[in-house]
Amino acid sequence: MVEPLTGNDEPLLVAENLAKNYGRLTACRDISFELYPGEVLAVVGESGSGKSTLLQLLSAQLAPSAGRVSYRMRDGVRRDLASLGEAERRFLFRTDWGFVHQDPAQGLRMAVSAGANVGERLMAVGWNHYGRIREAASTWLERVEIEVSRIDDAPRTYSGGMRQRLQIARNLVTEPRLVFMDEPTGGLDVSVQARLLDLLRTLVSELGLAAIIVTHDLAVARLLSHRVMVMKGGRVIETGLTDQVLDDPREPYTQLLVSSILPP
Amino acid sequence: MSFPMTAMIELSNAQKTFVMHLQGGVELPVVRGVSFHVDAGECVVLAGPSGAGKSSILKMIYGNYRCDAGRIGIRHEGIVMDLAKAEPRQVLGIRRSTIGYVSQFLRAVPRVAALDVVAEPLVAKGVAREEARERAGRLLRRLNIPERLWRLPPSTFSGGEQQRVNIAHGFVSEYPILLLDEPTASLDAANRAVVVELIAEKKRKGVAMVAIVHDDEIRETIADRIVDVTAFAAAA
Repeated sequence: MVEPLTGNDEPLLVAENLAKNYGRLTACRDISFELYPGEVLAVVGESGSGKSTLLQLLSAQLAPSAGRVSYRMRDGVRRDLASLGEAERRFLFRTDWGFVHQDPAQGLRMAVSAGANVGERLMAVGWNHYGRIREAASTWLERVEIEVSRIDDAPRTYSGGMRQRLQIARNLVTEPRLVFMDEPTGGLDVSVQARLLDLLRTLVSELGLAAIIVTHDLAVARLLSHRVMVMKGGRVIETGLTDQVLDDPREPYTQLLVSSILPP
Repeated sequence: MSFPMTAMIELSNAQKTFVMHLQGGVELPVVRGVSFHVDAGECVVLAGPSGAGKSSILKMIYGNYRCDAGRIGIRHEGIVMDLAKAEPRQVLGIRRSTIGYVSQFLRAVPRVAALDVVAEPLVAKGVAREEARERAGRLLRRLNIPERLWRLPPSTFSGGEQQRVNIAHGFVSEYPILLLDEPTASLDAANRAVVVELIAEKKRKGVAMVAIVHDDEIRETIADRIVDVTAFAAAA
């Protein structure tokens, strides 16, 4: 995949000794890694492994019990997420980050038009020319393979696959540098999944996006990610280049995961 | 160990063992003490019976399999790097500009047209898409893939056609190192001859190649040196 040429040698996001406890229960602990611009990291593991908690910690939706997450803002300075002011947080959520939920209903406003769903993020960053907003929305609907004639329809009239593609358009329209995805293909038919994966793969590489993708589906990790972290019981048990971890898994649990895939 | 001036690849005492945790932790030694080098413009063929570890060695040089011990020196953009210890980002950088790999089977991405599959390594290096497609098309034509198939995803192709797409994908870019795992296995005589020709051209351009070929005649034609992999047998 093509990586952007500038600022490539500085990590975009750094997690240091992250942990989250719920009372005496440890959801995740000892998590440290660096994510570089244009790099796609897959976090794999079964339900309850702590991967969704980790995604919430990384995207500042949950405060860690220990450790910290820092993010390089557009001015080039890396800042601890916990120290950000409200305006900076809002800037991240509205512009510099995207968050693709497994259930599109969580990431979309189901009762307003598709065009408004995409345009809303642009208006949040100061766009106010109706014609230009509509034009940008149309362009993005085309990019995610939704017929522009459906622009005035609300996503509740869309199929599951279309809703997911619309959620992706809504997230990418502000040209974020980092996108978090929580099981982006979960709950979709296999044929719909393939189309979505192909679309994501193309967009991520064309836009040089960095992404953190939580998935239990190793095929998703193989197709989309450069690097993979395998989680079990709240800890990262194995990490490395995606094809290396999947073709030459070292840990017993990773070997179990890989051997459980049915041959294509 | 010193690194010969012209060597592009130098393995020294590389070792690989699989530990099968699902089979009670049984250890499966594959190879050990793997030491050889490949100069620029040279094609080294790995020889030995099935199961001797030829493909595993190739996968270690590509960073697809981990190397448990020893060193895999790769000359990357003028600097020698030890692939056995490289970070994932460094391995990706080496794959983007230094090492191409023609695997036995094409791992096709659904819905991507053959022409784009072949053009992809060029696009990744920053070549404009149109030029990349043009160069991809030239190579597909040489490998006798009819133009009407170029816009289709290779998953719909025959085995031999898929392999030729795979070969084009490996040969299209100007990688200084090429790894070839049975590039001619399912090809007819005419296409085998094209591949032999492509390998000769790469040699003239100074590309260092490591190949696995079972066909005796082709091995004789392309090999500058033969490395007998049975010498690296990891006796249990």
